[in-house]
Amino acid sequence: MALSVSRRALLRGSMLGAGAFAVPAALAGCGDEKSGSSGDTANKNVSFGSNYSDEVPKKAFGDTIAKFDSSKGYTTKINTVDHNSFQENITRYLQGNPDDAFTWFAGFRMRFFAAQGLATPIDDVWDTIGANYSDAFKKASTGDDGKMYFVPFYNYAWALFYRKSLWQAKGYQVPKTIDELKTLAGKMKADGLSPIGFADKDGWPAMGTFDQLNMRMNGYDFHLELLAHKHSWSDPKVKAVFDLWKGLLPFHQPGANGRTWQEAAQDLGAKKSGMYLLGSFVAQQFKGADLDDLDFFPFPEVDSTIGTGAVEAPIDGFMISKKAKNVAGAKEVLKFLGTAEAQNIYLKSDPSDVGANNQADSSGYNALQKKGAEYIGGAKQISQFLDRDANPTFASTVMIPALQKFIDNPNDIDGLLNNIESQAKSIYTS
Amino acid sequence: MNSPLTAEAPAPTTSPGRPRRRWRAGRLTGRDIAVLSVLLGIPIVLDLALIWATTLSSIGLSFTSYNGVTDIKWVGLRNYDQIFTIYEPFWRAVRNNVLWLAVLGLVGTPLGLFFAYLLDKNIRLTRVYQSVFYMPVVLSLAVVGFIAQLIYSRDHGVLNVLIGRVNDPIDWIGDPKINIWAVLVAAVWRHTGYVMVLYLAGLKAVDPGLKEAAAIDGANATQTFFRVVFPTLRPINIIVLVITVIEALRAFDLVYAINSGRNGLELLSVLVTQNIVGEASRIGFGSAIAVILLTTSLGFVIAYLTQITREERQ
Repeated sequence: MALSVSRRALLRGSMLGAGAFAVPAALAGCGDEKSGSSGDTANKNVSFGSNYSDEVPKKAFGDTIAKFDSSKGYTTKINTVDHNSFQENITRYLQGNPDDAFTWFAGFRMRFFAAQGLATPIDDVWDTIGANYSDAFKKASTGDDGKMYFVPFYNYAWALFYRKSLWQAKGYQVPKTIDELKTLAGKMKADGLSPIGFADKDGWPAMGTFDQLNMRMNGYDFHLELLAHKHSWSDPKVKAVFDLWKGLLPFHQPGANGRTWQEAAQDLGAKKSGMYLLGSFVAQQFKGADLDDLDFFPFPEVDSTIGTGAVEAPIDGFMISKKAKNVAGAKEVLKFLGTAEAQNIYLKSDPSDVGANNQADSSGYNALQKKGAEYIGGAKQISQFLDRDANPTFASTVMIPALQKFIDNPNDIDGLLNNIESQAKSIYTS
Repeated sequence: MNSPLTAEAPAPTTSPGRPRRRWRAGRLTGRDIAVLSVLLGIPIVLDLALIWATTLSSIGLSFTSYNGVTDIKWVGLRNYDQIFTIYEPFWRAVRNNVLWLAVLGLVGTPLGLFFAYLLDKNIRLTRVYQSVFYMPVVLSLAVVGFIAQLIYSRDHGVLNVLIGRVNDPIDWIGDPKINIWAVLVAAVWRHTGYVMVLYLAGLKAVDPGLKEAAAIDGANATQTFFRVVFPTLRPINIIVLVITVIEALRAFDLVYAINSGRNGLELLSVLVTQNIVGEASRIGFGSAIAVILLTTSLGFVIAYLTQITREERQ
């Protein structure tokens, strides 16, 4: 549903967005542009552009900011814009009249805007909050120039999800290696299940499968370098990934290109699929006892010299725009949002995400969140997901059609990869 | 009436240096000229700003590489070269746009004419049928897209249940070989009603005396329709033709609502959006696709205008 937004909604979103952003900017424009950065303590008005447009996160984020306002005496105005519209308009937004701070993602997407000079470095915020973040988070918040640009808020892990009751009833064991996974999948197929749930109508879920396979087979560094186009897509190492995937496709739920992830999640819930590779937001489709029955395991090992240390755990967080009117105030808000306290308030209403701050209180977590926090905490490296680690233009205009084509017909891998490579060359060099 | 516009308008240009045209200019007072220049000037400015400036800048951008942030870089014909050679969705989009036009023109429009013909015969419940056929036109194509998903969904859709393919379901939306046909059925469903109403209005206006005369001359129903009634519908035919072409070229909402126009449902309009609207947008590349769409549309427009002017001269 989230991705199938109509053009009308999109336009409405962008108009609302333009309107909402223009007003605070016009007001702030009356004052001295530099007043924020000169350490003026008088300005306690901060504007915050938010893409937390769904009802539950919107309220949770509002509560979090309200806590900051009441304790520090600030007035923070949140301008919420539909999630997809916010993302699609980000370029114009940041160059126009952006809010002081805004919600964004770690990875290439963050580094890209930082490198274009559209974000304000926030190293001093990290001086305050840095001690409570692991190196993986710190690295994910650093721009190409070595400065900090991003405050992580929460993240969620990608893994293979399954229903404990089904696995107990059938006597399935968690597979440790890709061969065990294949054996298990064969057993499930014989039991009349779709072994691996699969949906790619929205275009992006299949990227998650590629990420897992590539990181397990070629390692984290190669994966990120490939997405930065430092390797060719027609490299034999990439071809090997698609060959492996081709071998696994018969175990995937057929007809993926016509199915949304929500539908695939419901099939997992209905015990029609044995397992499902997705981010932990899959839990949003589960309620009550079904949610307690949901568990996950990391994508199994493909190469023992590489192991399973790389975890795909996209981080959502915040940045400060270059054109911010009140940089000092925005930094105060971000310092607060980087604390465990703020993340605890937000995560109360969220059954699937995990606070980024390592002091975030896990006592309120459900079993799935606890396990997720441990899994991410033990990660050797954290990847952000293909469309966050790669050039977004490449991800959406090249990889989505290519992966859908592969799912439809996995037989011409060479032709597919050569085409990806020729388009990647043009996008990354221009 | 004292027009307030007069005060702001540029000074009247009744120059004495054109004696031969004096008799013409003499009929227009200074105020007339002022009003005229304002009334013509505003549309001309709007036309230049909103149509010509945007069109020309699109054409200009199509020869550049521009991501909306960094500097614009001139790349010559590279965008076009890549669209035609390595950008696979493009040819699928061209094929789909052509299919769209063909199916609307060869199936949707004749079907609408046929329904209009039947309803014109004042059969019982004709108003009910009219409403039923016209209903989809009131829905936006995005809504039609959502309805189509409810029907076509592989696992939960109505259609697979109706045709008894629950255990071996057909992937109406996900299979790129058939999804365009499934979507075209929905598009035709909507287009037919539109065309029907237009023809119905036209048929009501046909002089019954013509039909009576044809009957007296011994023409049967088919002959009466094709030899007498249809030719008198010429103005309607032209409107319907134009609408059909426009609908085919601007098709967007339906496929965008279904799967964002990917995986077999590519259309030129969708590709323009996919490339331009985005975070690190490919504005030059998207503009090049837009220019191709523009050129195609211009082809139809020019053909149509030539036809019209030629007929008017006759």
